[in-house]
Amino acid sequence: MLQVGLTHFLIVSAILFSLGIYGIVTRKNAVMVLMGIELVLNSTNINFIAFSKYGNFGLGGQVIALFVIILAAAEAAIALAIVLNIYKTFTNVNVDEIDNLKD
Amino acid sequence: MNLYDIIFYLFAAITVVSALFVVTTRNIIYSAFFLLFTFSGVAGIYVLLGADFIAVVQILVYVGGILILLLFGIMLTNKITNVEIRTGTVHMLPAGIATGIFLGVVVSAMVWTNWKSEPGLIPLTTTKAIGNLLITDYVLIFELLGILLLVALIGAASIARRDKE
Repeated sequence: MLQVGLTHFLIVSAILFSLGIYGIVTRKNAVMVLMGIELVLNSTNINFIAFSKYGNFGLGGQVIALFVIILAAAEAAIALAIVLNIYKTFTNVNVDEIDNLKD
Repeated sequence: MNLYDIIFYLFAAITVVSALFVVTTRNIIYSAFFLLFTFSGVAGIYVLLGADFIAVVQILVYVGGILILLLFGIMLTNKITNVEIRTGTVHMLPAGIATGIFLGVVVSAMVWTNWKSEPGLIPLTTTKAIGNLLITDYVLIFELLGILLLVALIGAASIARRDKE
């Protein structure tokens, strides 16, 4: 059991995923929600790379992990631009208080 | 229990504990800095899995790019001069129970599944192979992601720009 195998990496990834979901659900600040999303994306990347090594699929998993990292960067940039606009309009970024589309 | 296992447990502990602090600490600046340790731990796990190029990209993009971007977001949307840097939380108990149940189900499924796993043949340095794959098998996705990054760049700049009044 102490010998590190595929299961150990999958368990670390599952813990990261759960913590990310917990952060997304419980935090009010929109930037904290973004941090939760980054945790979830990291956990999926661990899964991709672990299966790429232990599943004998070649390097496809690593390439997909690279694509996920690129998408995460684009998503963070766009989301922070939106958060800045929300802050300009509502003067706070708490996602439970921002509930009107049009004043 | 050889050196590989010890290093894995070290990186896994860094990753999980700092991720726990990210989602539980009240100060949002502390969360951002604990996120630094989480990303570095994940990069170490990538190295253990033989993905050296992805680990370097993780350090460059996540630690050097996304984390700085998140810190900018925090600084620009909180009043630093006040002590208004704390973030509120909602639904902590139901969320904890739900994610705990989810974690239990997923981990038990992973432990009880009989994975047919033997470590595959990952080359010693993966950069050349990944470069070859990017321009042969995955060339369409590669080009699409280039366009996506351009669109994201223009879109973020145009969304965040101040209106001329």
